[in-house]
Amino acid sequence: MLRVENLSCNYKQIIALSDVSLHINRGEIVSLIGANGAGKTTLLRTISGLHNAKNGNIFFEGQDITKLESHDVAKLAITQIPEGRGLFSILSVEENLRLGAYLRADSDIEDDINKIYEKFPILKEKSHEYAGTLSGGQQQMVAVGRALMSRPKLLLLDEPSMGLAPIVVEEIFKAIKSLRDNGTTIFIVEQNAFLALSVTDRAYVLENGKIVMSGNSGELLKDEKVKEAYLGA
Amino acid sequence: MIELFGFLLSGVTVGFVYALVGIGFTVIYNSSGIINFSQGEFVMAGGMSTVFLLKAGLPLGVSFILAILITSMIGIVLYKLIAFSKNSSQISLIILTLGFAIFLRGLAEVVFDKELHTMPSFVGDGAFDMFGTVLTYQSILIMVVSIVIVVALYFFFKKTKTGQAMMAASINVDAAKLMGINIKKILMINFALSAAIASIGGVLLTPITSTNYEVGIMLGLKGFAAAIIGGLGSPFGAVAGGLVLGILESLIAGYVSSEYKDAVAFVALLAILFFMPGGIFGNTKAQRV
Ligand SMILES: Nc1ncnc2c1ncn2[C@@H]1O[C@H](COP(=O)(O)OP(=O)(O)OP(=O)(O)O)[C@@H](O)[C@H]1O
Ligand SMILES: [Mg+2]
Repeated sequence: MLRVENLSCNYKQIIALSDVSLHINRGEIVSLIGANGAGKTTLLRTISGLHNAKNGNIFFEGQDITKLESHDVAKLAITQIPEGRGLFSILSVEENLRLGAYLRADSDIEDDINKIYEKFPILKEKSHEYAGTLSGGQQQMVAVGRALMSRPKLLLLDEPSMGLAPIVVEEIFKAIKSLRDNGTTIFIVEQNAFLALSVTDRAYVLENGKIVMSGNSGELLKDEKVKEAYLGA
Repeated sequence: MIELFGFLLSGVTVGFVYALVGIGFTVIYNSSGIINFSQGEFVMAGGMSTVFLLKAGLPLGVSFILAILITSMIGIVLYKLIAFSKNSSQISLIILTLGFAIFLRGLAEVVFDKELHTMPSFVGDGAFDMFGTVLTYQSILIMVVSIVIVVALYFFFKKTKTGQAMMAASINVDAAKLMGINIKKILMINFALSAAIASIGGVLLTPITSTNYEVGIMLGLKGFAAAIIGGLGSPFGAVAGGLVLGILESLIAGYVSSEYKDAVAFVALLAILFFMPGGIFGNTKAQRV
């Protein structure tokens, strides 16, 4: 479904990604793990058209999307929950959800909002409050809900566990898994390798802008090198 | 007492025009981070275009609408120039708007002339007697139109998809792009909208204060002061800022000397920047993430 080929990116002199290749099949849940500054965010931003690639290509369902602008990428139902969630802090929860459906013109938007409220009842309670006033976990729920409002084919998540209490992380990941069970393809970028490897089918390991390992998540979880570098064992 | 009431009325009248100019500043600043120093020239373009379209024999209503359209087009041209230089720093872009203002002034001088012009009021030259002072129909028109614009803007930002997209883009550009919002289109609408609102202010004010090719300098400054007094973050802050400024000016002109009238904006601007950089209502942008 998504194929990244020999992608390189930089910020002026700083090389953020070099020769990255990876693919994600339809219906899969895949993760990319890597330490601070490895280039994870850069990869997601480049896929979404927020950052320009220097070299290489990105294909989605066979179409070359490398040079597309962000709003055209969004039109293909590639949705990203960015690092730090990217909520519209001084808009209400419900306005945030509605903006998730910005590209939609169908009549199911109200129904979908209600489904989000069923999934996260607390959001219904807080629907008229500013998104910025919610707790970290609730904000992540808004971010997930807003992403779902776009009816994504491919959902990109940039460190969904960041800054959240373990119990909240569990809830968020449960929601993410249920999405996958409904057929959404998911790509999760995480520093928390244990968490990412536990919930995904396959994973890539990114170090200093290069893919250094890849494979079945369960196997990577047992891999000595991964254990040493990322699992603190 | 009667005197005071009269000063307040005339203060509120011009205050609303400053508010309209100030709204233009905030709308562009919120979406692009740019202080648009051509805002005053948009006001001038609105007034001068109407005057000359009238001279060319077009009816008042048609001239008014055409003037708004012309000014909006000028706003879009400015946006295109800014988009073309998108890799420049914020400061260079602000200087670009200053240059564009000078260009517009020069253009107006050439296309129109250097004379002072006025035009008939839309609603006639009548006035109400209000507890001993007069309230002209034109003043009432300015207040009503301004209030209608402010209320319409509120609903636009709150209730329409495009308005919400504009809000989203002003809060978090990258997140807005991820929602599928075409930022370039939104910015262009912002520039056109700011220009349109400013030009309406220019047309409304012309029957009262007259216009020429350089009225934009002062009106731009006043609108900028209104926006800063209101905290620069919110169009509605700019409305309050405009009213405060208009009333202060009118009181100073009435009780002290009209010579000091224009100094009010400068002093208010400096005082706010020194002592209350967030505007008199506190900084509405502090909540940005
Ligand atoms: N806007 C920028 N300007 C310059 N360099 C940047 C910029 N953004 C990122 N970098 C650099 O690019 C490299 C990759 O950064 P990136 O944010 O993609 O890493 P990351 O894996 O997402 O890190 P983190 O886990 O901290 O989120 C880092 O060396 C970073 O310093
Ligand atoms: Mg990151």
